[in-house]
Amino acid sequence: MSVKQLSVFLENKEGKLKKAVNAMSQAGVNIRALSIADSSKYGILRLIVSDNETAINALKEEKFTVKETDVIVVGVKDEPNGLNTMLEILEKESINVEYLYAFVSSKTDEAIVVVKIENYEDGVKALKDANANLLSEEDLAEL
Amino acid sequence: MIWNENAECMEREEKKEMQLALFQQQVKRVYENVPFYKKKFDEAGFHPDDLKTLDDVSKIPFTTKADLREAYPFGLFAVPDDEIIEIHSTSGTTGTPVVSGYTQKDIDIWGECTARAIAMAGGDKNSKIQNSYGYGLFTGGFGIDHGAKAMGATVIPMSAGNTARQLKIMEDFQSDILTCTPSYAMYLAESLEKEGYTADDISLHAGIFGAEMWTEEMRNNLEEKLGITAHNIYGLTELMGPGVSTECEYQTGLHIQEDHFYPEIIDSETGEVLEDGQKGELVLTNLTREGMPVIRFRTKDITALRRDECPCGRTTVRMDRITGRSDDMLKIKGVMVYPSQIEAAILQIEGLTANYQIHVSRPKTLDEIEVKVETSPEVFSDEMKKIEEFERKIARKIQSAIGISVDVTLVEPESLPRSEGKAIRVIDERNFD
Repeated sequence: MSVKQLSVFLENKEGKLKKAVNAMSQAGVNIRALSIADSSKYGILRLIVSDNETAINALKEEKFTVKETDVIVVGVKDEPNGLNTMLEILEKESINVEYLYAFVSSKTDEAIVVVKIENYEDGVKALKDANANLLSEEDLAEL
Repeated sequence: MIWNENAECMEREEKKEMQLALFQQQVKRVYENVPFYKKKFDEAGFHPDDLKTLDDVSKIPFTTKADLREAYPFGLFAVPDDEIIEIHSTSGTTGTPVVSGYTQKDIDIWGECTARAIAMAGGDKNSKIQNSYGYGLFTGGFGIDHGAKAMGATVIPMSAGNTARQLKIMEDFQSDILTCTPSYAMYLAESLEKEGYTADDISLHAGIFGAEMWTEEMRNNLEEKLGITAHNIYGLTELMGPGVSTECEYQTGLHIQEDHFYPEIIDSETGEVLEDGQKGELVLTNLTREGMPVIRFRTKDITALRRDECPCGRTTVRMDRITGRSDDMLKIKGVMVYPSQIEAAILQIEGLTANYQIHVSRPKTLDEIEVKVETSPEVFSDEMKKIEEFERKIARKIQSAIGISVDVTLVEPESLPRSEGKAIRVIDERNFD
């Protein structure tokens, strides 16, 4: 069920993002989804990719600091109120969202939301109990 | 093992007598043979006959680095040129280089001093010493080399650099003792880990590290990573090179080879001689050197002297590890800050390495310090707030060590310059012109 997101530390310097993306592309890794959090000093590149191990090796080769984190990936209806429904489930259980980002795929009608919750187990349980559509790495691979 | 029990375990009174006799002979010799000293002594109203007890030493004028630079290259040699058999020099990164000349006897004494150092690190004639100090004008490589040979140990003259080869030789030759700068030792330890070597692959049991400042935290780190005891060695090109003082296995301070060097601690502002235990600038005199005797040299190194008993049995006076240099000292917002204080604070934090750089700037009228620290997977987080929290934690640690606030920035691993010699730790961008 769990999906591992990659987080990459990026200094706020010209060419750093390109260097990271280039390392993965050279290794034949496909980026499924990404988001960047940034401050004035640096950014954190968060990624869902086709092959974590290959991506990590490629990034480490280029001296990047990389970390794997458990995130929850949920399919929600791609229509008004789709994301809201999911957030309501979490809110009801008083579960805080640290961050989230979303993407769409041509192979499904649903929008795919990547959520980071402080306590991963609690989040999974709440969403499962509410019959949310939790996606596994295998599910993602088919999209 | 104590290499020279007669010299290293001598009774206090006997030693003082010997030091006085050597000191008297030395000032007489330089007064007669080196015009620089004659002029300096005359100007200060000091005559060699005035040195009647060791208390009179404080009447002799100091020699400074500027004096030695002015004498460039051979102005302080006290013997005819044909008696000089080896020459070393400082790099001159902070000005004109200082040249040091040695007679055969000087080289023998140097070898004796570094042989004592190697013995303090548990070495003997069976030891294989991987000497990764640079060979050349720099005194590190040759200093250890002279000692290893005096001892009859096996010296592996690696010099600094070519890390892959260093690791291979360390494994293939089963080196017993590593000698290099502490920052290079750290680099080698990290490289060992990265290349997949384990403690079983190497058989080092000790390291003798010096030529730059390092901290207790860095020692713990090196000892753990390399499975060794790490010994601090001190020396300076102006007086000889490494081997002026070294730590024994009890690591209670660095035993000074007092039969060849006379140490004093002074207040660097007033020049007044301080008591044992008080922190100040180290002043050293060559008691036995022939080629280029240096009298009351102001080292700029900050330390204190200790004469309490060391469990090893040596009676030589010990100096604390160098905690700063009177000229490396940064004055920031009017506060005295030594880079070593910042390093010690950083190394107290789990997951951080000694890879940092201090930037001092004055954007408008106020000084600012930024400390750049390399990230590692252990301290990196996918959440911005946790990274920022971590930066604040480092900043608080540093602030409590130096008393002024700093800005901490995490940077990518291996992005700060590594050096195979001395690391560049401080970048002062303030313009005082």
